Amino acid sequence: MEDRNGIFKSKSLVLAEGRLQTRPSADGRARADRNARRAFSIITMLPVLLIAVISVALIWRAWPVVGDQPLSKTIFGVAWRPEEGSFGFWPFITGTAWVTMVGMLLAVFPCIMVSLYLSEYAHTATRSLAKPVLDLLAAIPPVVYGVWGLLAIVPFVEHVLAPFAKRWLGAVPILAVNQPTGFSILAGGIVLAVMVAPFIISVLYEIFATVPDDLRHASLAVGATRWQTIRSVVIPRVLPGIVAGVVLGASRALGETIAVLMVIGNVAKVPSSVFDPAYPLPALIANNYGDMMSIPLYDAALLGAALVLLVVILFFNMASTLVLQQLLGRQWT
Amino acid sequence: MNGANMEADARTTDLNTPTQRARGSTADADIHIEVRNLNAFYGSIQALKNINLEVPRRQITVIMGPSGCGKSTLLKTFNRFLELTDGARITGEVLLDGQDIYGSQVDETEVRKRVGLLAQRPSALPMSIYENVAYGMHIHRLKRNRREYKDSVRHYLEIAGLWEEVHKRLHDPATSLSIGQQQRLCLARGLAVEPEIILGDEPTSALDPISSQNIERRLLDLKKDYTTVIVTHTLRQAKRLADFVVYMYLGEVIESGPAGEVFNQPKHERTRAYLEGQF
Amino acid sequence: MITKRWSRRRITEAFVKGMMFISLALVAASLGVILWTVIIRGLPALTWDMVTQTPKGGYYMGKAGGVLNAIIGSLYLAGGGTAMALLFSLPIALYLETYLGDSTWGRYVRLSLDVLWGIPSIVYGAFGFTLMLAIGLRASLLAGIIVLSLLELPIMVRAMDEVIRRMPVDLEQAALALGSTKLEVALRVVTRQMLPGIVTAILLAFGRGIGDAASVLFTAGYTDRIPTSLLRPTASLPLAVFFQLATPYPEVQRRGYASALILTIIVLIVSLGSRWMSSRLNKYTVK
Repeated sequence: MEDRNGIFKSKSLVLAEGRLQTRPSADGRARADRNARRAFSIITMLPVLLIAVISVALIWRAWPVVGDQPLSKTIFGVAWRPEEGSFGFWPFITGTAWVTMVGMLLAVFPCIMVSLYLSEYAHTATRSLAKPVLDLLAAIPPVVYGVWGLLAIVPFVEHVLAPFAKRWLGAVPILAVNQPTGFSILAGGIVLAVMVAPFIISVLYEIFATVPDDLRHASLAVGATRWQTIRSVVIPRVLPGIVAGVVLGASRALGETIAVLMVIGNVAKVPSSVFDPAYPLPALIANNYGDMMSIPLYDAALLGAALVLLVVILFFNMASTLVLQQLLGRQWT
Repeated sequence: MNGANMEADARTTDLNTPTQRARGSTADADIHIEVRNLNAFYGSIQALKNINLEVPRRQITVIMGPSGCGKSTLLKTFNRFLELTDGARITGEVLLDGQDIYGSQVDETEVRKRVGLLAQRPSALPMSIYENVAYGMHIHRLKRNRREYKDSVRHYLEIAGLWEEVHKRLHDPATSLSIGQQQRLCLARGLAVEPEIILGDEPTSALDPISSQNIERRLLDLKKDYTTVIVTHTLRQAKRLADFVVYMYLGEVIESGPAGEVFNQPKHERTRAYLEGQF
Repeated sequence: MITKRWSRRRITEAFVKGMMFISLALVAASLGVILWTVIIRGLPALTWDMVTQTPKGGYYMGKAGGVLNAIIGSLYLAGGGTAMALLFSLPIALYLETYLGDSTWGRYVRLSLDVLWGIPSIVYGAFGFTLMLAIGLRASLLAGIIVLSLLELPIMVRAMDEVIRRMPVDLEQAALALGSTKLEVALRVVTRQMLPGIVTAILLAFGRGIGDAASVLFTAGYTDRIPTSLLRPTASLPLAVFFQLATPYPEVQRRGYASALILTIIVLIVSLGSRWMSSRLNKYTVK
């Protein structure tokens, strides 16, 4: 984009260009322009301020819990007994980690395949068909995903996957079936995978689209197949972008609350298998907000959970956004 | 380089005589590519109209004509690059040594191995100089061990006239080369898969005059071993390089023949107009 | 000679293509399955009453009523939130493009917007809660609107920015050359050119806002009545779904599915509507 901050920055220069005297209407317009500009520039500070304000607010309100007990007990403690003032976050942290990892593991390969297909193989017609499908998937509200999860995925895990794992994969510890219901990390992971898929696919597609066609043609011209071209030219060129896209997808999965909450069982125990229920941080906050003000320090604890989420997500987010901004240009969808 | 068709050498002198050869003999060892009734479409727009053409073996054929006349399109039909454009299709035949490269049993990647392309803008693959040249050989598993690969890379870099300049930094990224060097690298890369035909789509138009000259010299040197087809929009370049000329206008071949004939005694009004610089 | 052989390369190529088709089928099928499930389970319970009545006494135990409170509440929440977000988004988007361009400050703002975009709604909800405590606001329609506007802001700005960036530079230059001030160019030319994009951005943000539960959980409260005041709590469709599903009565749970269907239909209308609108409004834009 062009440098607009050049000659037009100074109003007087414009006036000097062709007018010998200022006319009242020109002046009025100039003043409106100035005022608008000032107002707009103040409003534009909002996003930057907002991040700061959110962080500070959460830190401030979560402080009592952080200061009340040693940090290691807060993070690694497994006892969650608010009435006794004991807040151990470890079951929730691990719950979040497990369900996010399962979700990402399920999503990554299909998403890469789909975005590669759309980018390297598909005709324009196919692409224009895929876009609405992906947009629609992305637009479906989380609570509806939760309903689907409840109605379709939980029974699926309970009646199909769990028996299968019990029978054939019993030797694998993380696939052990320790409880009879389908409310599990696996159910949460499946729902999460479908929820973040459209996002990851579109980010990866944008990334692949930055590879110039000339490069592909150079490889095809010596008789390489499409896949050889993808493997040797396209992917190596944008590998950091692929990683960043996946990390960004993970940060989205981390924050998903309602859908996961409805299928994951909400049992505050450190999980040992994907068939175990779990209690991710967002679910913790959502489920207990009602009791927040009635038990001392409860609100601080829950807001502390929100703070932890914020910090982790911010970190993932900023790192991957910086990489992606570099690869995709100034900003991206 | 090309094991087949040794007899063609004995007959090369025939191609420069004024007599036009009879059409229709696909088994003729002098003709490398034969185009029969070729029409090309981008969606509903017809880019090539009923092309019939014979490209002689081991000569430089230049396709010339004003912008938009279909030169690049025709070139792209020779290595099956046309189908890379969404909605592009052809009717007719393009015969390589008598075999239609658009046949249903034909592997287009094999076609592209035999018909190399030097593009207008040099595209160095995102790898080192060495790996760029070795790329095609790896793809087709042409060599048996590292030693053979190394020797081949050297060989083709020498042919492309790049060895002296890069032999000390073979493992530097190819993007560190100047644009003229990159084009020579692309030439080496293309030759490394042992094609029979080299296509050039305005291969020097993005280069400075010195690099252009360099590439032209290479192409002239390579003439004895490869059939070359170049598209150019510069009449001067055509005159410098051509043994055989094809003049195109608005998707049709107006005239084709040995360079001496077409340049000095064009048969068609249009050709004459073009040669005289009317457009 | 040059015939297709079953070489390793071609087998790999075929295998990869197969994987791609399976993945594509999975993704497309997911959409189908989700919509199918919601329709099949929700349609039976979707009665006229559901859409036109508020919950009467004992609704959550199976008695009469509907979710009109939640439908209206959601529309108010998302409508208000979107309007408030628009108030700030448009100036930010215009300012970013017109004045900031590639400057350092511009980059900071854009980075902040990207970061805000990635913050999950539960965190916005938690923040909204702290805000409410700080200014003494109770769970209410207003609080919900404020939080939703924060949630929707980055979505809207980003969508608008996408469109403004695509604007042909010549258009702006032409207007400036005629002597317009930057503001006038922004308001008259850019906005009109961008109109389809702005509308799309609004609808996109609206769709996101109306479907979100985690942010309104803390801040909007819940009520069985149709909201009449900004300072009283309001129901919302996502929460209505959630609460109905949480009861042990299958009758009520089925109504929950119906409510989910209602929500899905609204979102589909908004989504498809934005496509239709943007293609219609594109008549006036310069390509």
